[in-house]
Amino acid sequence: MAPETTRRIAIVPAFNEERNIGRLLDEIRTHAPDLEVVVVSDGSTDATAEVARGRGARVVVLPFNLGIGGAVQTGFRFAWEEGFDLAVRLDGDGQHDPAQLHAVIDPVAAGEADIAIGSRFIGEGGYRSSAARRVGIGILARVVSRVARQRLTDTTSGFQALNRRAIGLYAAELPHDYPEVEGLVMALRHGLRVCEVPVTMREREHGRSSISALASVYYMIKVLLAVFVDLFRPVRGHREDV
Amino acid sequence: MTPLKVSIAATFVAVLLLLGVLELIRSRRLHERYALLWLATGLVLVVLAAWRGGLNTIAGWLGVRSYPPAVLFAVGLLFVILVLLHYSTVISRLTDENMNLAQRLALLEEKVRERD
Repeated sequence: MAPETTRRIAIVPAFNEERNIGRLLDEIRTHAPDLEVVVVSDGSTDATAEVARGRGARVVVLPFNLGIGGAVQTGFRFAWEEGFDLAVRLDGDGQHDPAQLHAVIDPVAAGEADIAIGSRFIGEGGYRSSAARRVGIGILARVVSRVARQRLTDTTSGFQALNRRAIGLYAAELPHDYPEVEGLVMALRHGLRVCEVPVTMREREHGRSSISALASVYYMIKVLLAVFVDLFRPVRGHREDV
Repeated sequence: MTPLKVSIAATFVAVLLLLGVLELIRSRRLHERYALLWLATGLVLVVLAAWRGGLNTIAGWLGVRSYPPAVLFAVGLLFVILVLLHYSTVISRLTDENMNLAQRLALLEEKVRERD
């Protein structure tokens, strides 16, 4: 059981989200005032970092765009080095609703899982997306479920909470291209316990998602390749000290 | 048998390649660790181009009867593929190292900023 004094941090990767980030940080403070927040500005060319600092978040500014995997890993490295016991990741575009933060955090805080994933496909759901994208997500879920030997529905969800052991693993070697799916497979192979909790995701407030409909097919093929290759890699040891 | 003109031209080009690679190393524009494959490529091509009997024999082993110099193309292509593959691994490593550096820099900058 985690003690009450656990230090918790929200990791928010953001690329040019000056219009969304302020409101998101306000919402995080409203719904989860116990969370410290680190925003990882992934080579943003707008005022993302300034807006985030203005709201009291700590901000790590990457000198150029690393992509989502590199940005998220920066956040986990920050959480690891600063000694946080629990990290929850939510995206800077506002699609992950801070009102549901505690639903994602609770299983990890209670010690029931090392990683808890907010899934759009269990519970009432209500997630709408292109058909191609849903099929892709379904195929990935099936493949990962087989590796996991447990049913997982939403392996591409970036709305995740992690305990210190999982933070250490992701800080050390989070795959860079497809951190959600590949990272999950890696975590499962390291024997981490993963669970899903139902969440609903919101539409973006401003701007477009980084993955378009056609790109999602390309994305899926590459992820499947990456996951397949991962299965033939030895499971490397990693830092487990606290 | 390989036509004499083909042999002379191929040997000439392969020697040029070798000299070019050596000059790049000498002037420090090419590191030795990345030049080894190029040197091997040049050497093999020089040998196969100049040693007409040898190329003929190898072509015979491979069942290439009509035009032995085809083996030269095949060997040259094989080495180019090896070099490219080698560079892909180098680029991958550089990408990882670059990402690592960017992350470290960003984390350190944040720490310095917090301290001020």
